[in-house]
Amino acid sequence: MSDGTATATVADRSERSGTRFDIDWVRRNGVFVALGLLLLANVFLTENFVSTGTLRLQLVQVAPVVIVALGMALVIGTEGIDLSVGAVMALAAALIPLYVGYGSVGAIAIGLVAGVVVGLIAGVLVGVVGVQPIVATLGLMVAIRGVANLFGGEIKSIREPGLVSLGTGDVAGVPYVVVIAAVVSLVVWLVVRRSTYGRQLVAIGGNKLAARLAGLPVRRVLVTTYVVSGLLAAMAGILLAARSQASDPTKLGQLMELSAITAVVIGGTPLSGGQVRILGTIAGALLMQLITATLIFHDIPDSTAQIVQAVIVIGAVYVQLGRGKARRS
Amino acid sequence: MTQHSSAAPAAAVGVGDPVLQTVGVTKSFGGVHALKGVDFELRAGEIHTLVGENGAGKSTLIKVLTGVYTPDGGEVRYAGETVHFRRPSDAQHVGISTIYQEVNLVPLLSVARNIFLGREPRRFGLIDVGAMNRRARELMAELGIDIDVTAELGRLGLGAQQMVALARAMSVDSRVVIMDEPTSSLESAEVDTLFRVARGLRDRGVGLVFVSHRLDELWELCDRVTILRDGEWVHTGPMTEMTRLDLVAKMLGRDIEEVRAEGATEFGSSHLQGGEPALLVSGLEVANRLHGVDLTVRPGEVVGLAGLLGSGRSETVKAVYGALKARSGEVTVAGRKVRTGSVRGALASGIALLSEDRKAEGIVPDLSVRDNIALAVLPRMSRAGVVSEARIDALVDTFMKRLRIKASSPDQKVRELSGGNQQKVLIARWLATEPTVFLLDEPTRGIDVGAKAEVQGLIDELAEQGLAVVLISSEMDELVEGADRIVVLHDGHVQAELDSTDLSSSELLAALAGDRETDSQTSTQAEGQHA
Amino acid sequence: MSTTMVDPATSNAPESALANRARFASLVQRQGALAIFVVVVAVASVSFDSFASQGNITGIAVQASFLAMLALGMTFVIMTGGIDLSVGSVFALGGVLAAWGAQHGTLVAFVLPLAVCGAIGLVQGLVIARGALPPFIVTLAGLLFARGLLLLLSDEGATTYKVPRGSSFRELAQGELLGIPYPVILVVVFFAIGGLVLHRTSYGASVLAIGGQEDAADLMGLPVVRTKVLTYVASALLAGFGGVMIASYTSSGVTILGVGTELEAIAAVVLGGTLLTGGAGTVLGTLVGVLLLQVIKNVINQIGSLDSDWQSVVSGTILLLVVTLQRVLTRGDRT
Repeated sequence: MSDGTATATVADRSERSGTRFDIDWVRRNGVFVALGLLLLANVFLTENFVSTGTLRLQLVQVAPVVIVALGMALVIGTEGIDLSVGAVMALAAALIPLYVGYGSVGAIAIGLVAGVVVGLIAGVLVGVVGVQPIVATLGLMVAIRGVANLFGGEIKSIREPGLVSLGTGDVAGVPYVVVIAAVVSLVVWLVVRRSTYGRQLVAIGGNKLAARLAGLPVRRVLVTTYVVSGLLAAMAGILLAARSQASDPTKLGQLMELSAITAVVIGGTPLSGGQVRILGTIAGALLMQLITATLIFHDIPDSTAQIVQAVIVIGAVYVQLGRGKARRS
Repeated sequence: MTQHSSAAPAAAVGVGDPVLQTVGVTKSFGGVHALKGVDFELRAGEIHTLVGENGAGKSTLIKVLTGVYTPDGGEVRYAGETVHFRRPSDAQHVGISTIYQEVNLVPLLSVARNIFLGREPRRFGLIDVGAMNRRARELMAELGIDIDVTAELGRLGLGAQQMVALARAMSVDSRVVIMDEPTSSLESAEVDTLFRVARGLRDRGVGLVFVSHRLDELWELCDRVTILRDGEWVHTGPMTEMTRLDLVAKMLGRDIEEVRAEGATEFGSSHLQGGEPALLVSGLEVANRLHGVDLTVRPGEVVGLAGLLGSGRSETVKAVYGALKARSGEVTVAGRKVRTGSVRGALASGIALLSEDRKAEGIVPDLSVRDNIALAVLPRMSRAGVVSEARIDALVDTFMKRLRIKASSPDQKVRELSGGNQQKVLIARWLATEPTVFLLDEPTRGIDVGAKAEVQGLIDELAEQGLAVVLISSEMDELVEGADRIVVLHDGHVQAELDSTDLSSSELLAALAGDRETDSQTSTQAEGQHA
Repeated sequence: MSTTMVDPATSNAPESALANRARFASLVQRQGALAIFVVVVAVASVSFDSFASQGNITGIAVQASFLAMLALGMTFVIMTGGIDLSVGSVFALGGVLAAWGAQHGTLVAFVLPLAVCGAIGLVQGLVIARGALPPFIVTLAGLLFARGLLLLLSDEGATTYKVPRGSSFRELAQGELLGIPYPVILVVVFFAIGGLVLHRTSYGASVLAIGGQEDAADLMGLPVVRTKVLTYVASALLAGFGGVMIASYTSSGVTILGVGTELEAIAAVVLGGTLLTGGAGTVLGTLVGVLLLQVIKNVINQIGSLDSDWQSVVSGTILLLVVTLQRVLTRGDRT
């Protein structure tokens, strides 16, 4: 940092904040604005958009992404990344039909434990051994997908009534899946905002060395974060399997890591760590879901939808980071 | 890729003629004026120093001269002709080389590759590694430095790396060499080599710009000085016509009398002493670094740790703090044994360390002032894992007032503060842990003169309140005036202990230089091993 | 700054155990994959008669050649400190374009995929280098984009273009010289050129310098933007060419190829000892990494009783073991 900019900010902040305000505002709230605009456009342009059925379907579809993305947001906040989430989803889902004999609660518990175990391995590799997150979770992603296939084999259907109702039932018209995603969101939000762990996580992501010297339990926080990510991914996998009443270990959760990362980044959490934006992440997931849905409503083929998504991802990140360059120099 | 090793200046420049000039250069960042019409003139065959407080515009001016920034207004002239540098490479092509404070080379590449990066000697279109290494060896011999040019740069010590940067500058036949705090990480034998080379370049008609926080060096090396203050030109003149007091007064924009009355540092006289030792270190050993260091600090006492680079000053405080693994040795605080090798153990025992590298080991740049201050005491500010905002607010408020931290609000990001205020935030962070022993590693390095005085005053105040302080500083004045007692380290063990009440800077210097012969030998070896 | 507090490496004992350890660590870093490769090959040759047969070895080499192309480009990208997630999709896109182009002549089958893939690489490179956006995100978008384009060309994946019978385009991957299939020869040639480019050209020097210390490279006047753009273009071209090769090999444009291949390529590069932080590595190591992954696949296929899913379990585990070993050994040596 140049001495010029450093002191300038203090000396003359009032003048500066005038110009900074807008950029920061866009960075922080761009995703909400975009979401609002797209919703509005759909209300007018898409037939039958404003119907419980449509909204319900959108929310049900986005719920697992939100759950995974929240865990991903925490990991990214520590300057990490978790590529294993999709495989963990598959593993948890693959275990369900195998242990359904223990009742739905038992099977779910086993699925969640599997997620925790994978998260623990990732956390130890990253936090204790010091392997780069991208490599550690890449290795796990490959290995765990294989394990899921070994356990699950071919597609198995899920008929246990408890699980089926978890996936398809609702409370007061709101699907369980959505309720669970909402509760998870609230809890994670509170953890980030109010808990000691949340504060420490953000500090570690911002400057690991400084955090260690300030006596923060760096290893413990890192391990915990990957465990949480694994747990949430397992949860999402189970919900997805329960909803489709089947577990397909080859397909389930594929590319989920990318969807989750996209949601987090579009939501304004920088990949460089040190910040976690929970509401932004949720909005990011909703935005991507709504974009896909909008394209489908208007009979735009998958291929074009993907191309549009690609352009939007770049555009969104550009808005968030593009002007960061000026600040850096 | 082009080879541009022999980029000749537009016109021949005779010794004494201006080679690099700025005329009315302005530069602002987001509405803040960092340079307000600065005139600067560097002549061929002189060493010119650029002086000013942090924020005076020194670095900005240097970045304009080297093409990192393009000026908003005014012009840059090279060899009498107006030039427009858009990138650092533009400046390099015409013959302006820069050596930065933090070595800007590539650690994973060899010394020779670093010297010739972008201008490698080639044969049949491919890099001629043999010729490259040979020429690198010749250059090093010319500089009088014994370094294996095929070694990975990152395995050399900082001093050696700085020499490589210099060799790189020499290899391009530069007309201008700009050195931005090149000596801040050098050991004094290396400083001597650097100065020798710099004078050699000057005698060959090269114009050199030299920036250093160590004022003594300016009179030793430089011919002329330009002083900047608040982005404006204040003075240019021969170094010999300047007294130290003059210089400081001009930098600060204060009267000479005022400066004289306050003394060179902000330290008062001696502090309360006596009582049981607050910190007792015995036989501290760290593999290859420390060989049995003993240290005693009483409550209210400021103990200075002196020593040349590589003597183990920073290692001592880091090992005491548990950030560096000790092989053996015992640390007790107020009679209680401290678990070594654990930062958290040390913190719990009441030890705090303000580390030397503020940026890398101190601040969390994107967090607010508030969160940075509360960082080390989060568990204490929480109940059942939930943070109490009210308690943190109270804590932060107290310290921002007590340390006079200048920030727009507690929520301002720390990265936006000046170096001095960042340092105060860190001091607040450690004071919040209510330490018994405060280890300060170069607390005033790289902060402006005003903040420096405040930090010095604060150290005094803390000692008066009964804190045991260990102070590391490369500035003699600071140690002599600030410390009650000075422990001189040499090669990882205590060489001397001096009572500083009637000590002069020159006596301390003598103690430091005590064993000159063996010292420079061992430290050269140490540099070779430094990774 | 290159020194940190946790590093006790300054020493006045010149030949310490630490230095030996560092040397060993660097050996493991560079040659760990090779050691495992040799062991696996040795064990497999003894255990399965069919493994060491000429047919099987040729098969492994040809199968590995496609991934090798992607991994070569990835090596350069990772050395600049970046990452290219788009190569799997670009690889598949190149294959589909080549198969479609083969219907209009062999030249089209070469030029069209390379032009399109090169353009994708160019855009990615420009956005990353000029726009200063994170490579991870940009190439993630590239992954979606290339896959979308592929689906668009193939009627949402419903159409598989065939290379016409008798087309000379088939020769590229199905022909051979002195009993060595062309793809294998191409890989050897490309990697030789890659090694030369990395170590003996100023472009290669810039790649290493940028990955080692980008700010320094910039201040030293190296062409940072150009080097990065070139690297992403090269990566996309190599991935596209891999696609061209596989289209020739399978005589068709298979649309479902390349999913997750980018991760295999990254794994091969990391196994080969290239630091993911950039700045150091060798192309030869990458080749060993690719072969190791391919041999593991082959061995698991040889063990008839084993599910092919073991492939990914073993590959993933080996990757984790190698990086863990690298980490544990280099600890304390790191700056």
